Amino acid sequence: MKYFQYLLWFAHEHVPFRLIEIESIASALKIPIKWLEPPSDKPWYLVELPSEEAVQKLSSRSVTMRRAIQLWADELTVPKLHATLKEKCLNGILEPYKSKSFKVDVDLFCNSQTQEEKLERIESFSYMPFQGHVNLKNPDVIFQFIEYYGLDPNTAPEYPTRAFFGRVVAESGRTLIHELSLKKRTFIGNTSMDPQLSLLMANLGKVSNGDLVLDPFVGSGSLLVAAAKFGGYVIGTDIDYLMLHGRTRPTRKQTRHIARKDESIEANMIQYSCVDKYIDVIVADSALPFWHNDVEFDCILADPPYGIREPTERIGSKESLPIVKKEGSPVHFPSKVEYGLNEIIKDLMRFSSKHLKLKGRLLFWVPVFREDYEETHMPRHSCFKLIGNCEQVLTTFTARRLLVFEKIKIPQDSDECSCTIPSSSTFREKYFTHGNENRLTRKQKKAIAAKNKEIWFAKLNDANVK
Amino acid sequence: MKLLTHNLLSSKCLKGVKVGYPLRIVAKDVKISESEYNMEFVLKMIPKLDWKVLVNAAEQIGHGNNLPIELIEDYEDDEELLKKIHHVLMEVEVINGELICPETQRIFPISAGIPNLLLNEDEVS
Repeated sequence: MKYFQYLLWFAHEHVPFRLIEIESIASALKIPIKWLEPPSDKPWYLVELPSEEAVQKLSSRSVTMRRAIQLWADELTVPKLHATLKEKCLNGILEPYKSKSFKVDVDLFCNSQTQEEKLERIESFSYMPFQGHVNLKNPDVIFQFIEYYGLDPNTAPEYPTRAFFGRVVAESGRTLIHELSLKKRTFIGNTSMDPQLSLLMANLGKVSNGDLVLDPFVGSGSLLVAAAKFGGYVIGTDIDYLMLHGRTRPTRKQTRHIARKDESIEANMIQYSCVDKYIDVIVADSALPFWHNDVEFDCILADPPYGIREPTERIGSKESLPIVKKEGSPVHFPSKVEYGLNEIIKDLMRFSSKHLKLKGRLLFWVPVFREDYEETHMPRHSCFKLIGNCEQVLTTFTARRLLVFEKIKIPQDSDECSCTIPSSSTFREKYFTHGNENRLTRKQKKAIAAKNKEIWFAKLNDANVK
Repeated sequence: MKLLTHNLLSSKCLKGVKVGYPLRIVAKDVKISESEYNMEFVLKMIPKLDWKVLVNAAEQIGHGNNLPIELIEDYEDDEELLKKIHHVLMEVEVINGELICPETQRIFPISAGIPNLLLNEDEVS
């Protein structure tokens, strides 16, 4: 059997998540990867994989990848690429695909092309002994040509610095992103996680067929949908009774005036035909221990509330001797007290140290103020090893980070847990005021710069006159 | 609420309750739904379950499905049994009813299939 190299071709987004996604999927599916080039920020990975089937399995789950290509030519210039390809055609590389219908896709990274230029590029491969018909809609084989012009569009060179040609072996799981689009989802909340990031979390959590997956801050269940799509059996809990019963204020602006009807996490599961994987959602306060001692989850995913669009709360009362008032409704809504983000996270880690399987993964997001960020502030627990810390920039000042932990030992009483995110108590306050402050300082800075420029010009003129 | 979930829940969050397991079920409406059988899932789940609690819960709500009182040792090869277990775990669902703490008799209502384990302010330890 001939051994082939594969090029994993990526979409240019969520770059920090790429490597950990590919490694996690490979590890979950037990596919060994041999790196032919150390992984970099460039939009591709060059790898050797055991079989075409392995490539297909790997790419069908990835949401950062576009497609996987069996590499036929990889050169620093386009003429060299054609030379290599011509030689390979003479050696019969095209034989198995010669009479099949085909199309050639062209991708330019950090450059653009007109339709005519694209056709010209496709025509430049006319020396290849194709006998089959061109079929743009549903071809038997797709070939991919890629020209790479560097990572910075401002300094892009005239000619590409690298060129690839190969046969497309597999498309990625990105079609799932559209399939799970929030726009068409039955039930969404104000903080529903977008499908790509949810799927990414399920991949990073190594969710596999038959796994028991928990989201302790489930909300409208976005993470559960993604986990179920990859074979996880899902359970969610949330303190918000109205949310789980689909009776909160409608989220969609256009239909704000119409009350939610038949909306629930289960309805979403039915919509995406993964209701077989839906176990239950439970109204409960994740700060309290309500799981049986022996319960063990395979993966715990969470997007805890930050206090911006969802309150950080737990059951409690400010009174020392709380009195439960009788209410008209049959459901009692207990009063809640503020539950700081650091406390939420520490409780989540302590809980997971008990209820996650060994080597299982715990993933959650934390909000950070970018200029205050320090790795030492991030949560840590002696039962967990941090294996991923990926930033998603939200605004100039704020970001959230996805932390990926793996449980490395059985919990003991002596376990230590810390989390000192400085913004957690004031994140909300800063979130709403920091931008304004900065706009002001920016204005001042601009004014000073303009003044300096004037002085400099004046000096220059002075010198010229002399 | 599915019987699988019942197998995992306790009421030990209540002040003064030590074990709080198993919760007693009072089922007002039970729904039998269809869920695709997945052997890998059932095999992964069985070691996580309290077998006796599952059998009792199924009988309590009248869907015992002839599960053996003791789990046989070589259950991995008994597909018929695995399918029965799958049915009890995933296809029997309490839509309306109650979960009751075995120590304090505190009632946790189940409505629209969703159990409500929220405590009152004065029950939090």
